Amino acid sequence: MNQPVETDAARQAAKKARDGRNLALALGLVAFVVLVFVVTLVRLGGNVAHPHV
Amino acid sequence: MTSDSAEMNPVRDSSETARWQDYFQLMKPRVMSLVVFTGLTGLLAARAPIHPVLAAIAVLCIAIGAGASGALNMWYDADIDRQMRRTRGRPVPAGKVKGEEAASLGVVLSLLSVMFLGFAVNWLAAGLLAFTIVFYAVVYTMWLKRWTAQNIVIGGLAGALPPAIGWAAATGSAPLNAWLMVAIIFFWTPPHFWALSLYVTTDYAKAGVPMLPVVKGAKETRKQILLYSLLLIPICLSPVLTGLGGPIYLAVSGLGGLVFLLLAWRVFASKAGDAADPRVADRALYDVTEDEKAAGAKAARNLFAFSILYLFALFAALLGEAVTGVHPLELLK
Repeated sequence: MNQPVETDAARQAAKKARDGRNLALALGLVAFVVLVFVVTLVRLGGNVAHPHV
Repeated sequence: MTSDSAEMNPVRDSSETARWQDYFQLMKPRVMSLVVFTGLTGLLAARAPIHPVLAAIAVLCIAIGAGASGALNMWYDADIDRQMRRTRGRPVPAGKVKGEEAASLGVVLSLLSVMFLGFAVNWLAAGLLAFTIVFYAVVYTMWLKRWTAQNIVIGGLAGALPPAIGWAAATGSAPLNAWLMVAIIFFWTPPHFWALSLYVTTDYAKAGVPMLPVVKGAKETRKQILLYSLLLIPICLSPVLTGLGGPIYLAVSGLGGLVFLLLAWRVFASKAGDAADPRVADRALYDVTEDEKAAGAKAARNLFAFSILYLFALFAALLGEAVTGVHPLELLK
């Protein structure tokens, strides 16, 4: 009976914040994958051009 | 979550309403930008060939590592931050982000930045970055800050290390010139922070942080500012002798150093901080007039503002000379 009532505005604000967090996390993960890929190419390319043996 | 935010939103807790910008604020973006700048300068001042992608990765990892230490600091210092005007709007004390979330973000980003820098660039740079994060988050934040008036002197090492990390990333080594850049920031930190603390003494005293003006008083702080400034200027000039700085750097460090000394002298000769000395119950002991109080605060603010400009100008000169190929003076060679 004493439970607070959640308003539409609060629900909307929470959803908007959650969407923003999810998008930021997704972009961060994609950027990380791309960085690992590019670094692999650069390191691998360097070793092919100048092999240690 | 604080009672304030609970009153504002009785249904949802902070983890549901936090925006991604709140998490970004945990990483102290303004500090991060200074760290990126000094780290990039170290990387380029080494004048060693490094693949642009790897250079960018190194700078990114330094930035993320700095952000991680910021998040750990905000988690641990939430109780202090809540009591100070300058910091009470930070995400954790403001109730926007939970303390444990800030801690988790700090740990994850620390591991990520160090491991990535190690695998992508080299392990000396990664080791220095790991040391920097641990030194800032554990040695400074958890220990020195609440324990000694020398907190920002010793703790300043964490903020001073990024140029050495940058240099190590470019060369795989950290020679004398890299450590000279570290020494410049290390000796710059005390006069910079103590000038600030002279006009926010009350806040630090209220939060129980043993800053020098709180523990030893304003007069001793003004003396220490002048002494550290006298040490700082020759250190800032030394890169000209060792083959790091060229003519532009010499002009910037020399002229800027004179202004720095003048402003430090003005703080020393002023009554900055006297009226707010928390150790003195009887304000009449200091007999500081309103005019003297305003003049003292102005002198401290001037030094604080110029110190930021001076450090920026020094590193910009080194960066500019490295990028444009200006030859170092190497006066000792």
